Amino acid sequence: MAAVAQGTQVATAAGDGPQRRRERTRDGFTPWRWLILILAAIYFLLPLYAALKFAGWGSFGSVVHQSGFGDSLWLSVRLAIITTLITLVLMLPTAVYVHLRLPRLRRLMEGITILPIVIPPVVLIVGLLQIMPGSLKGTPYTLGLIYVVLAMPFAYRSFDAGLRAFDLKTLTEASNSLGAGWPATLWRIVLPNLTTAMLSATVLTVALVLGEYTIASLDLFQTFPVWIVVFDQTSGPESVAASLLALFVTWIFLLAITMAGSRQARRSGRGEVNLFSVSRRDPGRSS
Amino acid sequence: MRGKYAVVATAAVGTLVFAAGCSSGGSSGGSSSSTTSKNVSTATSASAAGGMSALVAAAKKEGTLNVITLPSDWANYGTIMKDFTAKYGIKINDANPDGSSQDEINAMTQLKGQSRAPDVLDMGTAFAVKADQSGLLAPYKVASWANIPSNSKATDATYYADYGGYVAIGYNSAKVTDPPTSLADLEKPEYKNEVAINGNPTQAGAAFAAVYAAALANGGSFSNIAPGVAYFKKLHSEGNFVPVTASAATMESGQTPIIIWWDYLLASEVGPGVKGLKITIPTDSHYAAYYDQAISKTAPDPAAARLWEEYLYSTTGQNLWLEGKARPIELPTLVSSNTVNQAALKALPPAPSTTLTFPSIAQQNAAETVVSQQWPSVSG
Amino acid sequence: MTWLVSAGRGLRRYAGVVPFGVYMVLGLLVPLIAVAIGAFQSPNGGGFTFANVKYATHGIYLHGFAQTIFLAVISSILPGILGLLIAYAIWSARRGSVLRQIAITASAVFANFGGVPLAFLFIATLGSSGLASKWLTDLGFNPYQHGFSLYSLSGVIVVYLYFQIPLMVLVILPALEGLRPAWREAASNMGARTWQYWRHVGGPVLFPSFLGCLLLLFGSALSAYATAEAMTSGTIPLTAIQIGSFLNGNVLAGQQNVGKALGLGLVIIIAVAMTLYTLLQRRAARWLQ
Repeated sequence: MAAVAQGTQVATAAGDGPQRRRERTRDGFTPWRWLILILAAIYFLLPLYAALKFAGWGSFGSVVHQSGFGDSLWLSVRLAIITTLITLVLMLPTAVYVHLRLPRLRRLMEGITILPIVIPPVVLIVGLLQIMPGSLKGTPYTLGLIYVVLAMPFAYRSFDAGLRAFDLKTLTEASNSLGAGWPATLWRIVLPNLTTAMLSATVLTVALVLGEYTIASLDLFQTFPVWIVVFDQTSGPESVAASLLALFVTWIFLLAITMAGSRQARRSGRGEVNLFSVSRRDPGRSS
Repeated sequence: MRGKYAVVATAAVGTLVFAAGCSSGGSSGGSSSSTTSKNVSTATSASAAGGMSALVAAAKKEGTLNVITLPSDWANYGTIMKDFTAKYGIKINDANPDGSSQDEINAMTQLKGQSRAPDVLDMGTAFAVKADQSGLLAPYKVASWANIPSNSKATDATYYADYGGYVAIGYNSAKVTDPPTSLADLEKPEYKNEVAINGNPTQAGAAFAAVYAAALANGGSFSNIAPGVAYFKKLHSEGNFVPVTASAATMESGQTPIIIWWDYLLASEVGPGVKGLKITIPTDSHYAAYYDQAISKTAPDPAAARLWEEYLYSTTGQNLWLEGKARPIELPTLVSSNTVNQAALKALPPAPSTTLTFPSIAQQNAAETVVSQQWPSVSG
Repeated sequence: MTWLVSAGRGLRRYAGVVPFGVYMVLGLLVPLIAVAIGAFQSPNGGGFTFANVKYATHGIYLHGFAQTIFLAVISSILPGILGLLIAYAIWSARRGSVLRQIAITASAVFANFGGVPLAFLFIATLGSSGLASKWLTDLGFNPYQHGFSLYSLSGVIVVYLYFQIPLMVLVILPALEGLRPAWREAASNMGARTWQYWRHVGGPVLFPSFLGCLLLLFGSALSAYATAEAMTSGTIPLTAIQIGSFLNGNVLAGQQNVGKALGLGLVIIIAVAMTLYTLLQRRAARWLQ
């Protein structure tokens, strides 16, 4: 750190060249950056505007009263909660364990966590329905169990990044040497350092569950995304309004979680929530 | 610190609540195991079940009916289900309203033995045949069995046609100023980017029917569907065909002002949203198809299932289908015995002919294979 | 006997990942095996047969595999590059800014948006009478008269970008975060220009993660089904749509095992892609030394 500080001083003393170059490289991308972001905004927002124009503002009011809107939305919300809980309970200890005890397994974990994303959902659900016991198939919460498999990659990556942001090994060793057992260590040392990662995992899981269509429809359950498609057959503008509503509500919800998490994290000096990583406020400190 | 405990406590309580809700929700409405229902589950007619009143009593005792893939605006099923419940007090659970015939077979096999397994089915004939071959259906003859034409029911009474319609051209008269009257008309350049069908013919029965209809209009036959695919290929290369899944939404938004679909679905699903909708059966192709009813052999509510079939094939049920712009299978009998709902009958586009011919199962299977092989090359 | 003891001790080390392992085996491995077995079963019986596989690898289905792979490759490289650019633009924004949080949460939401609603969004925008099409026509350039069609393969690619780019942004951001600013400062202190930094420092560090993200995008595009189906109604041969016809349709009855054979084909393609990825990773790691 001292070397960098020295380097900075040397550069300043040397005059215009390096400093100006540094300033240019830091801000020089600004026009490009804005161009890219504006083009991206056009590509993503224009279709939303076109859909909004078709649906008309009135549909937003009437769609909420449609039969099935409330039930399917409530089902999706319940599934989101269940999936998130199970995912966190399953993946957090696993990620910690792999980090601490089985670092050689990380390559394999990377491979496994890619699988749910790349395997076609149609194939997965057909296989699952064949092997699942009858009692499980009766309840929609089976979907929650399946969604855990789909959410696993994102949750694992969140925890992986979160665990890399602080020195887990040293902290746990210190905690153990001070006499704390494993439960206490997990609860008081590891978890507080992972709140932002947990928030990221939650945010990603909720987004996934609220948007998943293929498996829910093939499993014959009417979650919110399935209801939207069913409803599309009967009323165009209202169905479009429903999907736009789902999009915006999920977005606002995620934004709220992220901002709340960032505010809390900033207060405790841990940096901001960034969905897959924790970025340090102080760029000079290395982890 | 304390906040953490609160979160975990809430999570634990939440999980317990959901688990409780989950267990209570999943096992409602179990089927009774009295000797009455044992008889009913193998009854092949109302009289075999002890007469209509005994059937009604047994069905009311069961209290629920599980149907599947019945959208409420499809051939007036919404009203039919409401009417049935009002009449007999039996609650109807409609699973997966947007599902396909394959979904119904899947549900029967996957949910076997569970209380939410489907009791009755409404599916395309090819699937009814498959289900029958797999031994999934229970034979049953409704009271008006004799009024169903012999080419529209299985010889072992496991499935029987219920309602159907013709492949028709629906167009938004507000946008389409020159009304098309035949499938050949649709090739005219003024219909550029306007014509669509309801989905993928290798998946959607209505789209498959549209291709069959096109085959009949272009020199094909029940055993030769290739001209139908060629027709759509030509339509696509001319730029008239829009390969999206047409629906009420796509016509309302102006994307697909012309849809080739079942006449009754155009009326019930697109009609309400598109005020200027006109439906016409193409002059160069009269293709009709009927769906089939069936009762699941392992139905959790066997009496209710049979009562439902009796209801559907009663004058009330058949007329309700008519009001949904579909043609019930017993329409000729209704007309001749003057029990038909005249107003509903007049609202239908006039039937081109009174004799109905359908492709045989073998012809259909062959046609399906041809379509699944050739359709993906429609876009060139 | 000692090998047994040490083996047991070794196995106990893995105790912590047992729940995860069991869940993954039940939720991933077993269904895959069920599908693989089904691919070789004859309908209505269960006798072993190659007929399904043979049917699934000829004619229109072989064409479907080719088109699917082509679509997946383009739909991973193009959004990969675009997503990297966008992620870079977001990353270089000031930390904690609202722009960043909006962009990142938007990526999470859009990455899961697809199917019929997304198809409709684009039909309303770039369809033959869509909003953007009308604007362009008013400006004098009708895209549909110049060969563009939303319902062709290129149209499908344009729509796939809508969820592929956010997915890329989501997974490449942590890799970008791993590029320490100190390196950048040190490099510029030593007189390196921007492109030199990227060529010698930033690029090589980023490359393995970039490859991993491409693999993710490839798999996601390979298995995407609902969107393409809603937009093309099967007029383009794509394996995922064909699987849907066999497994879940209203027309083809009793041929589910062919659908499973097609599904097995997709899984094999993914396995090949993952092997290529691992090989490339090892070679890239060697370069980095």
